[in-house]
Amino acid sequence: MSFAWVTLDTVSSPVIVASDLVKRYGEVVAVGGVSFEVAPGESFGLLGPNGAGKSTTMRMIGAVSTRTSGRLEILGLDPDRYGPEIRSQLGVVPQSDNLDEELRVRENLLVYGRYFGMTRAHVSGRADELLAFAQLQDKAKAKVTDLSGGMKRRLTIARGLMNDPRILLLDEPTTGLDPQARHILWDRLFRLKEQGTTLVLTTHYMDEAEQLCDRLVVVDKGAIMAEGSPSSLIRRYSSREVLELRFGADRNAEMADRLRDAGDRVEALPDRVLVYTADGEGELARLTDAGMRPITSLVRRSSLEDVFLRLTGRSLIE
Amino acid sequence: MTALDAAPGEQLRRVAARPRRFGAWYVAEHRLRVMRSYVSTVLIGAVGTPLLYLFAMGVGLGALVSANLGPHAVDGVSYLRFVAPALLCTAAVTVASEEFTYPVMLGFKWNPTFVGISSSPVSPGQIIDGMVIAVVIRLVATSAVYWLFMLLFGATPSGAAALSVLIATLVGLAFGAPVMAYVATLTSDSGQIAMLMRFVLLPLTLFSGTFFPLTLMPVYLQWIGWLSPIWHGTQLARIVSYGAREPAWLIAVHVLYLLALFVSGWLLARRIAKGRLYS
Ligand SMILES: Nc1ncnc2c1ncn2[C@@H]1O[C@H](COP(=O)(O)OP(=O)(O)OP(=O)(O)O)[C@@H](O)[C@H]1O
Ligand SMILES: [Mg+2]
Repeated sequence: MSFAWVTLDTVSSPVIVASDLVKRYGEVVAVGGVSFEVAPGESFGLLGPNGAGKSTTMRMIGAVSTRTSGRLEILGLDPDRYGPEIRSQLGVVPQSDNLDEELRVRENLLVYGRYFGMTRAHVSGRADELLAFAQLQDKAKAKVTDLSGGMKRRLTIARGLMNDPRILLLDEPTTGLDPQARHILWDRLFRLKEQGTTLVLTTHYMDEAEQLCDRLVVVDKGAIMAEGSPSSLIRRYSSREVLELRFGADRNAEMADRLRDAGDRVEALPDRVLVYTADGEGELARLTDAGMRPITSLVRRSSLEDVFLRLTGRSLIE
Repeated sequence: MTALDAAPGEQLRRVAARPRRFGAWYVAEHRLRVMRSYVSTVLIGAVGTPLLYLFAMGVGLGALVSANLGPHAVDGVSYLRFVAPALLCTAAVTVASEEFTYPVMLGFKWNPTFVGISSSPVSPGQIIDGMVIAVVIRLVATSAVYWLFMLLFGATPSGAAALSVLIATLVGLAFGAPVMAYVATLTSDSGQIAMLMRFVLLPLTLFSGTFFPLTLMPVYLQWIGWLSPIWHGTQLARIVSYGAREPAWLIAVHVLYLLALFVSGWLLARRIAKGRLYS
């Protein structure tokens, strides 16, 4: 690639270093002092509810938002000084699509590649490669407004890959997509991960985080609550299994009180009671023997949702 | 450490050297590609406007004026020659008012392509520069076509009068750049752009010494002309077109006023774009 690295001697030094990173908008503290590092080739996630500060963090990493305080280095560079240099090495998939609706699908890629100083010939070849990668070859001449949500997302990812970035930033890549469209997208992101692209993504879907992230931080109200791999977080903050019991809206709270000593821990939600335990079926049998009669019961594996609930006392998706 | 800071000076410059230098041209290229999607409107406007206006003024109103006041009725020349430079400048301002309003609103807000571009190495200032470059290209092209029609209708001599094309382009920018800066501050359009067209653009075209000399207007309306880039530009175009006489200081005022409007609007728009895209 004509614009790529002359030398790539980066083996293990982090590609992103944030420490005590703060962003304030007047009185609003969007990001309140977060610290994390991302290693090259890693797939790193920011998991958190609405307003947690995920997009704000992504915009600072993307060198389009200046930090209020703290240290931030992308590829060893300070974004305040080397914005264009950093952005030339990033691919960005923003939370809301901003494809040019006045241009056709392929034209969006052509125009965007030029912004990185790529030649017309180079841009043209790369656009065809990425249309194939995004499974949009048939749509090359289509209007952007005629694409489905999933297709637009894939096109935005293809656009973010035009410059063959070292880091791909994905802000809620699958929010608003139906399950099938999400799976197609995950599959494409998996491929990038396999090819060694560093992925940084935000999501408020725990299954997405479990699928895609090697490591993640759970953020809430601008602060990091926990950090680790999905499985280690689940091990640390939750039990192996969860027994979900429903007693009817008006009885859940009362039953939770009676269940206090069940399993390792009990969490009462408005619509159900969660019993954290290593053995869900065994716990259910014990409770049934003790005369509890839930309307429905379900045993499932612990997820990041449970981790989040444990850490914040709130549900991830309100 | 990473390749990037291994040799900070040299390698750093290399990775973003082209976008740092040519970013504005890439934006202009993008804009021209978008203009292609409404190329028929552009062409019909570029050809239809001079045809319609020159025909109406030359054959219609112009004939009437000549019949009543003689062939050198206004400012020592035929009515068509008098009015044509003003029509040219007005047409340029119309084009600028199209290009510097809705496309700017679109880019920041409705279909935020500027937000998309700003995550590339290209800076907000370069986005604004690129918009300006693309509009300059369209202005020069439409003004050149207009001027050729003027020549065809006998509304202008040839030769140095062709400078009118550049004057008209400058008038378009002098009006358009401040408008762009204003539109860049809008977070929603609840009719502000339409108001701008109705209560700023329209009075400017009517009270800028367009259809008769500014000095013939009531004194209490003449200030509009003095504020209007159309009047300043039209006077310059009249000088190069048929040799209208103006004192040297006034010529300097015309040129400086147009340049000042353009440059200040442009710089302001850059500042506003930076604040908005790098929040
Ligand atoms: N430009 C801005 N001006 C003022 N406040 C802002 C701005 N951008 C973000 N905020 C505030 O900062 C906080 C964090 O917002 P942010 O968009 O980073 O959250 P998020 O985690 O991405 O949420 P979501 O899941 O809804 O996308 C919110 O309270 C938001 O209102
Ligand atoms: Mg967000």
